[in-house]
Amino acid sequence: MKQSRSLNFILGSYVVLIFAFVFAPIIFSMIFSFNSQRFPTIPLGEFSTEWYAKVLADPDIWKAARNSLIVSCSTAVIATFLGFCTAYSDFRYNFRFKGPYLALILLPPTIPLIIMALAMLAWLSKIEMSGQLYSIIIAHSVLTAPFAMAVIRLRLNQMDPDLESAAWNLGGSEWQTMRHVIVPFCKPAIFSSLFLTAAVSFDEFAVSWFVSGLNSTLPVVVLEIVQGNIDPQVNAIGTFVFLTSMTLVVLAQLFFASRQIKGMHA
Amino acid sequence: MSKPLVVFDKVQKHFGKFVAVKELDFEIREGEFLAIMGPSGCGKTTTLRMLAGLEAPTHGEIRLNERVMNDVPPHERDTPLVWQSLALFPFLTARENVEFGLKMRGVDKAERKERAIKWLDKMGILEFENRHISTLSGGQKQRVALARSLVMEPQILLLDEPLSALDAHLVIRMQAVLTDLQRELGITFVYVTHSQSEAFAMADRVIIMGKGEIGQIGTPKEIYRAPANQFVAEFVGRNNILAGKVKTVDGGTACIATTSGEFTVPSNGVPLVEGLNASFVISADLVHIATKEPSGENKAYCKLISEEFVGSMVTLFLEDAQRQEFKVQMQERELSKFDLHSGDEIWLSWDAQSAHVLNES
Repeated sequence: MKQSRSLNFILGSYVVLIFAFVFAPIIFSMIFSFNSQRFPTIPLGEFSTEWYAKVLADPDIWKAARNSLIVSCSTAVIATFLGFCTAYSDFRYNFRFKGPYLALILLPPTIPLIIMALAMLAWLSKIEMSGQLYSIIIAHSVLTAPFAMAVIRLRLNQMDPDLESAAWNLGGSEWQTMRHVIVPFCKPAIFSSLFLTAAVSFDEFAVSWFVSGLNSTLPVVVLEIVQGNIDPQVNAIGTFVFLTSMTLVVLAQLFFASRQIKGMHA
Repeated sequence: MSKPLVVFDKVQKHFGKFVAVKELDFEIREGEFLAIMGPSGCGKTTTLRMLAGLEAPTHGEIRLNERVMNDVPPHERDTPLVWQSLALFPFLTARENVEFGLKMRGVDKAERKERAIKWLDKMGILEFENRHISTLSGGQKQRVALARSLVMEPQILLLDEPLSALDAHLVIRMQAVLTDLQRELGITFVYVTHSQSEAFAMADRVIIMGKGEIGQIGTPKEIYRAPANQFVAEFVGRNNILAGKVKTVDGGTACIATTSGEFTVPSNGVPLVEGLNASFVISADLVHIATKEPSGENKAYCKLISEEFVGSMVTLFLEDAQRQEFKVQMQERELSKFDLHSGDEIWLSWDAQSAHVLNES
């Protein structure tokens, strides 16, 4: 089994290298966020929480964080609701042009973000809805609903189609069945979708930057700071944003995994 | 005779151009155990689903207790169904599954629990009340599914091949559970299956369906001994079917000439005309074997092709010189007296009275 051992070693190193490339910049950013020196150079200066203190004292950043939170939470709820509805319509009904319907729904993530952002700005300003916090929520909902739909559709496809009929057969109306059978069955996927869409919205820069006007979100503020000068505050904010997104994605994955395991038993 | 609970009145079901059910006209009597049996795709499940309101008839009427049911949505009917897939709710415990229908009907929590526990107990699975469905065995799930439907205390229970996923020994046990329950509760069971042994073992009456039509309605014994037509005779299996022309008709009996010889059959009221085609069946268990040529009529000299053992019963598959197939069913200990091997030749014979003429040939 020597050969498989060396193969394992090669594959293992490959994985380690990939993770290193992905995470090294973030880890460096985290390290520099605790560095007392203004410029990111080695050797490092002393350990310092100066930049964090500065960030926490900045009302603009607090406002941006609040905006980000509102936008990502609202987006998560709206996108998940839309995603659930489309996934259910796909599960339940057969109709003409169902293929194009599904393709259209899944289209937004394939459009380059910058084009999407420009189009959103043009459209929203035309109907005089740009530059507001809800403008970002609208744009982000459009952007993330397909992810919600994909996650919930996967779950619905695992459902025995007789389950819904069984609920009707036992005296449940269509609404009761939705509430007591379909939604409970999809619960893990719904939570997974909430966290995933919140994470995507929380991180998203291009669209937010175009449509936000004066209501910047955290990623937009980061860019504004970086444009001005080199400021290690960015490292501190970056660390915070990264940890938040990672937490959301990990939570989404946990629900996803528990769903898979349950799915195998069901 | 008890009054009809359900009436199917010229019911048809089309799916686009495909005709799933051609025309159904039958009654389901109150308190009977009715089995609907047929090969897959014969429309038996569609028939059951129409009764539950999950499919709407294209033509005709379904009446339950003299009420036309065509436009009544499924949740307003009292026709619980036990599904082939069981369709238990995987996110609920056994007891919550049983309570589900009561909850939908607005029964309060305390009563729900009490009734669910009563039925779980009756089905012998009370100890699993708080277990999740995925942790139960096939037989236990089956009992939860039954309890979930029966807790509704319906007049009629629909069952769609409920035992098809179980191991053979469990099937036998569940058959006993079902027949006992039906006798005890006195409610009507409509049981859809493709399995002859299940239908014949449990049902008071059996409907044989083929290609969206009824082949025959009758008691298991009637269907087994006196199949109405070729389709039923073939579907019921273990029948020897011989086709030929009517040679003579003499009062209650007729002589039918086939390639394998001439046979005497009782005409049983079937209008037989000399010179026209006719066929008859003879159940495999009514055929005798002998090494010497029997003296009477109705005999055939055949070569043994193969044997099939099921428990102590043996089915012999034979062929005569004209390649007409014969089947003989007998006890293994009877057969052992003959010391037969494939390729051996032997005489078959039967009583003229055991033959049954088919109505359509």
